[in-house]
Amino acid sequence: VSPLLGSGLGDFVTDAVDLQVQVDAIGLGAIFALMAVGIGLVFGVMRLVNFAYGQLIMAGAFALAYASERDWPVAAGIALCFVVVLALSLAMERVVFRPLRSQSAAVMLIATFAVSFLLQSIALLWFGPLGKTATSLVQLNRPVSVGGVDIRKITIVAIVTAAVCLGLLVLLLGRTSIGLHMRAAALDSSTARLLGVRANMVGVVSVLVAGALAALVAVMLTVQYPTVTPTFALQETILVLAGVVVGGMTRLVPATLGGFLIGYVSGLLGGALPSSQSQYLPSFLFGLVILVLLLRPDGLFTRSRGLVERV
Amino acid sequence: MRTARTAGELLAPATLVVATAILGAFVSQANEIYFVTALISVSTVVALYVFVGNSGVLSFGHVSFFAVGVWAAGVLSIPESEKPATMPYLFDFLSSTTVGNVASLAIAAAVGGVFALLVGLPLMRLSGLAAGIATFAVLGITNNVLRYYEKIGPGLNTFSSVPETTDLVQATIGAILVIAAAFAYQRSRIGRQLRATREDPAAARAVGVSIYRQRLVAFGLSGLLIGFAGGLYIHFIPINVDAVYLDLTFVTLAMLVIGGTTSLWGAVVGALFVSGLDSFVAEMEDGMTLLGQTVDLPSGSRIVVVSAIMALVLIVRPSGLTGGREFSVPRVSRKAAA
Repeated sequence: VSPLLGSGLGDFVTDAVDLQVQVDAIGLGAIFALMAVGIGLVFGVMRLVNFAYGQLIMAGAFALAYASERDWPVAAGIALCFVVVLALSLAMERVVFRPLRSQSAAVMLIATFAVSFLLQSIALLWFGPLGKTATSLVQLNRPVSVGGVDIRKITIVAIVTAAVCLGLLVLLLGRTSIGLHMRAAALDSSTARLLGVRANMVGVVSVLVAGALAALVAVMLTVQYPTVTPTFALQETILVLAGVVVGGMTRLVPATLGGFLIGYVSGLLGGALPSSQSQYLPSFLFGLVILVLLLRPDGLFTRSRGLVERV
Repeated sequence: MRTARTAGELLAPATLVVATAILGAFVSQANEIYFVTALISVSTVVALYVFVGNSGVLSFGHVSFFAVGVWAAGVLSIPESEKPATMPYLFDFLSSTTVGNVASLAIAAAVGGVFALLVGLPLMRLSGLAAGIATFAVLGITNNVLRYYEKIGPGLNTFSSVPETTDLVQATIGAILVIAAAFAYQRSRIGRQLRATREDPAAARAVGVSIYRQRLVAFGLSGLLIGFAGGLYIHFIPINVDAVYLDLTFVTLAMLVIGGTTSLWGAVVGALFVSGLDSFVAEMEDGMTLLGQTVDLPSGSRIVVVSAIMALVLIVRPSGLTGGREFSVPRVSRKAAA
């Protein structure tokens, strides 16, 4: 059944090293990496796996669709997307995350699972199963030719955005006092609080940063998938969650790498699997996830313990 | 006193199930469907409880074992004459075999149990988040394969012509059997060993309990029971692959958490409470008169209500409606009896 067996191997490798496939895979990896940062940052500071992260992206995508259907200018649509996602993030933090802060990780995970379904079903009631269409940025799907390879503009946008955001985040965490507080809270929450770090404050900031990233991801995903349904970004979130755990959940850098890796591998397999087997792509990915978890349950990129920062 | 308490641990959930069944026997034919659904939910949630409740490890993968139970019972009990039309790509041995009611339920349980054991063999070495994600990955793979591999079932199509043998009586017997199995397990030596690992892994290991082996046993038993529940379900309602994925995972976990994860009583109470609520909202979606007011909720309100209640229970009462404790007679009446 595997494409890696028999005569398919040669084709598979040829397709996988194809420059076009590589570029698309890196583009997808960049978007997944941003989502991984959003999930990893909140986990680092609050020890909370936010299963509802995908629904933040979904809400942002619906905001974009709303603006697009009313022919708002692009900037206004993006602004609405940010407002909706950030407001929703704040509400989530205040109503769900904060009261549950002292609970076990399992309880918090199930709670965000519930929030995720709540938001999804509200969207279903509100917009119906067929959803809406966001078309104001589709021209970014047009390719530009670089050295014989057609690169869609959105791929370039995604890679640049991811690089800039990760750079800004490093500055925020390393060069500002709120970043220092966040790193302290991630390392040892109770000691940090004794030393005057305000737990609510760092929680709010991490949720806001994660929310801003979710809004960006919503903008970039709607370019590639203009049809926004209640299950928008659900599959991606599940994969990123798996990627984050595979990379190493407790530290931000491995978590981000894990997110990038699963996006990259997903893009690679999607481009290289023969069409008769492409429907089994999720099985291959999840199989790899299980394999890595069995071999390195603490994370793929956490070898140098103590050297990598925790937030 | 202690035997009375132990008996209550089994009798209270069983009584609640029988009471539900008796109530279901008196309502109209149209409403009976809610009661059968509720009783199958009891089987499903108690099966999930056997692993999650006793081990304290979260599993997102149990719906996979439910799904293979559905597939096994469904594919094997569709009449041979119907199979070529609805499932033309089926393996020969599947399309030429048809089994009866009891046999198909037993096979569903066996397939669920064996699959769970095979999956558990490597996965039970993991714990915490890695275990959660790995069981999720199993769910993803199972769903993906059942969805597209048409040699073992109907693929994307809905099961048709499965004999509808699960009625109020069978659903009740099924629920009682699963509850009895869960009770027997949690009172047994191995069940207690697993509960010890839940409370204090280090201490349990120190007295010679193998966490891996105990979790594996519970995982297998739990898979067997939930496979059986899947068999009951497909003999009740024709479903397709979408019915055994994320929504069902969420609803069964919600029932267990709302009831109280760590007790059999909690699993039963949670399943019946959420099923009742769900039926009530479903009726309101069709429009019903409540206190002289006509309430007509848009369809799709059910999952909104269930997830909102679940979030609320977690925030207000994180250990569930029963507090995760087994049934016990309130203190006052116990004093009066003494």
